[in-house]
Amino acid sequence: MDYVIEMLNITKEFPGIIANDDITLRVKKGEIHALLGENGAGKSTLMSVLFGLYQPEKGVIRVKGRETAIKGPLDANALGIGMVHQHFKLVHNFTVLQNIVLGMETVKGGMIQMTDARNKVMALSEKYNLLVDPDALISDITVGMQQRVEILKMLYRDNDILIFDEPTAVLTPQEIDELMRIMKDLTAEGKSILFITHKLNEIKAVADRCTVLRRGKYIGTIDVADTDKETMSEMMVGRKVNLTVEKSPAKPGEVVLDVQDLCVRSMREGHSQNVVDHVSFQVHRGEIVCIAGIDGNGQTELVHAITGLGGMSEGRILLSGEDVTKKTVRYKNTHGLSHIPEDRHKHGLVLDYNLAYNLVLQQYFEPKFSRRGFLKKDEIDRYAELLIEKYDIRSGQGRETIARSMSGGNQQKAIVAREIMKDPDILLAVQPTRGLDVGAIEYIHKQLVAQRDSGSAILLVSLELDEVMNLSDRILVIYEGAIVADLDPKATTIQELGLYMAGSKRKGAGERA
Amino acid sequence: MRKKKFDYTGVFSSVFAIIIGLLVGFVILLFCNVQQAAPGFFTILTGAFTHGAKGVGQVFYYSTTIILTGLSVGFAFKTGLFNIGASGQFIVGGFGAVYVGVMCENLGGVHWLVALLAGVALGALWGLVPGLLKAFFNVNEVISAIMMNYIGMYAVNWFVKSYKPIFNNLRNESKPVLNTANIPKMGLDKLFPDSSINGGFIIAVLAVLLIYIVLDKTTFGYELKAVGYNRDASRYAGINEKKSIVLSMMIAGAISGLSGACLYLAGTGKHIEIVDTIADEGFTGISVALLGLCHPIGILFAGIFIAYLTAGGFYLQLFEFSTEIIDIIVAIIIYFSAFALIVKLLIQKLEKSREAKKQENGGPPPEAEGNGKGGKQA
Repeated sequence: MDYVIEMLNITKEFPGIIANDDITLRVKKGEIHALLGENGAGKSTLMSVLFGLYQPEKGVIRVKGRETAIKGPLDANALGIGMVHQHFKLVHNFTVLQNIVLGMETVKGGMIQMTDARNKVMALSEKYNLLVDPDALISDITVGMQQRVEILKMLYRDNDILIFDEPTAVLTPQEIDELMRIMKDLTAEGKSILFITHKLNEIKAVADRCTVLRRGKYIGTIDVADTDKETMSEMMVGRKVNLTVEKSPAKPGEVVLDVQDLCVRSMREGHSQNVVDHVSFQVHRGEIVCIAGIDGNGQTELVHAITGLGGMSEGRILLSGEDVTKKTVRYKNTHGLSHIPEDRHKHGLVLDYNLAYNLVLQQYFEPKFSRRGFLKKDEIDRYAELLIEKYDIRSGQGRETIARSMSGGNQQKAIVAREIMKDPDILLAVQPTRGLDVGAIEYIHKQLVAQRDSGSAILLVSLELDEVMNLSDRILVIYEGAIVADLDPKATTIQELGLYMAGSKRKGAGERA
Repeated sequence: MRKKKFDYTGVFSSVFAIIIGLLVGFVILLFCNVQQAAPGFFTILTGAFTHGAKGVGQVFYYSTTIILTGLSVGFAFKTGLFNIGASGQFIVGGFGAVYVGVMCENLGGVHWLVALLAGVALGALWGLVPGLLKAFFNVNEVISAIMMNYIGMYAVNWFVKSYKPIFNNLRNESKPVLNTANIPKMGLDKLFPDSSINGGFIIAVLAVLLIYIVLDKTTFGYELKAVGYNRDASRYAGINEKKSIVLSMMIAGAISGLSGACLYLAGTGKHIEIVDTIADEGFTGISVALLGLCHPIGILFAGIFIAYLTAGGFYLQLFEFSTEIIDIIVAIIIYFSAFALIVKLLIQKLEKSREAKKQENGGPPPEAEGNGKGGKQA
């Protein structure tokens, strides 16, 4: 067999945990090999070992048939291994060309020679059909093009083993299709690709073979063509997973949240445009309304305006008929609004407080938890125990655990538990499953549906199309701050949704647009 | 049902820092004068007890001001602010106390209390300014507090000098406060006869307890700490974070002001001298806060300890060493208390791996538990 990378019996331990336990990964020349696993399964550790960032305790690495010791990223690069990171490593105020040659500049008499580099980049760009404008600034180009720049960076360095770390997370459906095509072109030219992901659809679409990891252990390597998605997810999670969310049809009740003509002006200098542009919508009891859109189209500003975390320049917000436009965050918090924030570390938790304190973050002052300005610690602890039990929040030392030391999934569970326990009239869930694994996603989806069925209104903001399609009863598409479509998920395809999200299609939504 | 686990690692790391600091101090003594090093070192440790109960009383007296400035810095730290302005708040507070102490004649028994409160109020005012700038204009409190140190020092100098009734022309310092303005001894003179100790020490201990209760037991403390740890999450929780920041700096300033008042109302012949140096007490307060790990009770002990070393260091002169060696030792201890954080981390790591080993048979290690619901049903 002709393997370009063989990682044999790799074991890497950290204090208290075995991150990689006897893992074997073999990538054939010219194939797309998927590496599948939940968060914390050991994918990143394995890649760090391949890049020489960690030295394994046991195991050997062979590159192109030769056993090698990789001591650092430079060694990996010399062996022809390159990586597109999940978060691109680009200098934003440099041009595309400058970014590509960065670190590999040709210098003549102390001066940078760009002509050769430009020719090489243009040749590569044409050969692999990677369209970029070499003189555009990174900050001015789309995320999809930034990714092409990252790919060109690898090709410019003559890498022939390419690693893609969760490359589709930031892309629109159309851009994902484009990326898939590029990946296939690359393998046709003899490059080998290692594709790290937890999205089964994408594996089905492009990968030849797939290696599955679970909790640091090697589960198996399969041929993608002969395996169905259910089997793969079972291998990944270790049990049967319900990939679709089970829910009964929505029974919308009265209006809870009524947003009228909301505008948020841009804070950036020289921008007169509205970041949120005359947005109006209503959310009823017993329905899940989803705001879909590509990241950065005004979702954050819209949510912050509704919760009171950020400002707004025009419009009104009504909560169960009451005008709360000018009310404080605390007033809204205590009058039926719950908010699962987008950034759990920035807004959702005080990371240095323990779990119990975090679970009463908006309620510590209520008579239930305090008396005459003194905290009732016993009550807080009892309440924490209740939530930990009910929502299965796991941590090292129970309610005394410092939130920082908890895993992302359990931090998110703690937030979800806190917000749902407030029994809100309206729950704002902003990317509630970001960065979570399949098991936790399934759990949080169930909780949201249960909350809907118990009569809450739910406003979901999500970038994940599967989540949008599965969970929502109504979809509002936001593009450049405006609602461009009001769709019924049952009568809409993902492709159609993608077109709205990319701004190439518009449809009447309420009285606007 | 609550069992409170006391964090020994913090105490251990401070003790570790103290031991290393003393050892390095001994090495310095050896370098300076080999013959005298051993008795000199012995003096550092025992000098404070030279005069028995009086010596101990002196230590408590010295510690009063630095406990309070330490508490001021430590409290601000706990709420996410670096109060480097303790010196300015200290001197301004001291001035307020002296002004009331000299000028207000007919207050009788509450004279000292009014003077004390004047010091607290002026200190709070000096903390208020950086607090407001930080909360509303996002001006770094370190920079504005340093400015306030200079403004405080020069303003006090100018006031004392130009205002005849409180200026002692001959000695270029403030006049002594009236007898009624001196803080009562509160019985401490009976415990420690002939020493300078007075009720200020009891006030300092009460302040420590008060701050401990506020920080640890009240909703107000919950808010202050939440804002200190994470301003964004506090906003999300509906806490008025601007108000918290302003109040936090005001309280820190008030404590430093109290410290200044306690010094100049001690009745030990301390006067505000017209000199162009920023009060040392504020910076010693930073050391005290660091050594006490910013915990009020820790600060109490750290303050007493540093006062004890300083008192011992005074007697070093008998062995032809200069007292500055004590400053070096204290500095080394502070350096090592930073290292002590590393020691603390090491201890935690050891404990963690021990726990992980214990759990190996019982359940998955803590990190592996993170994989959501999967674990339970797998």
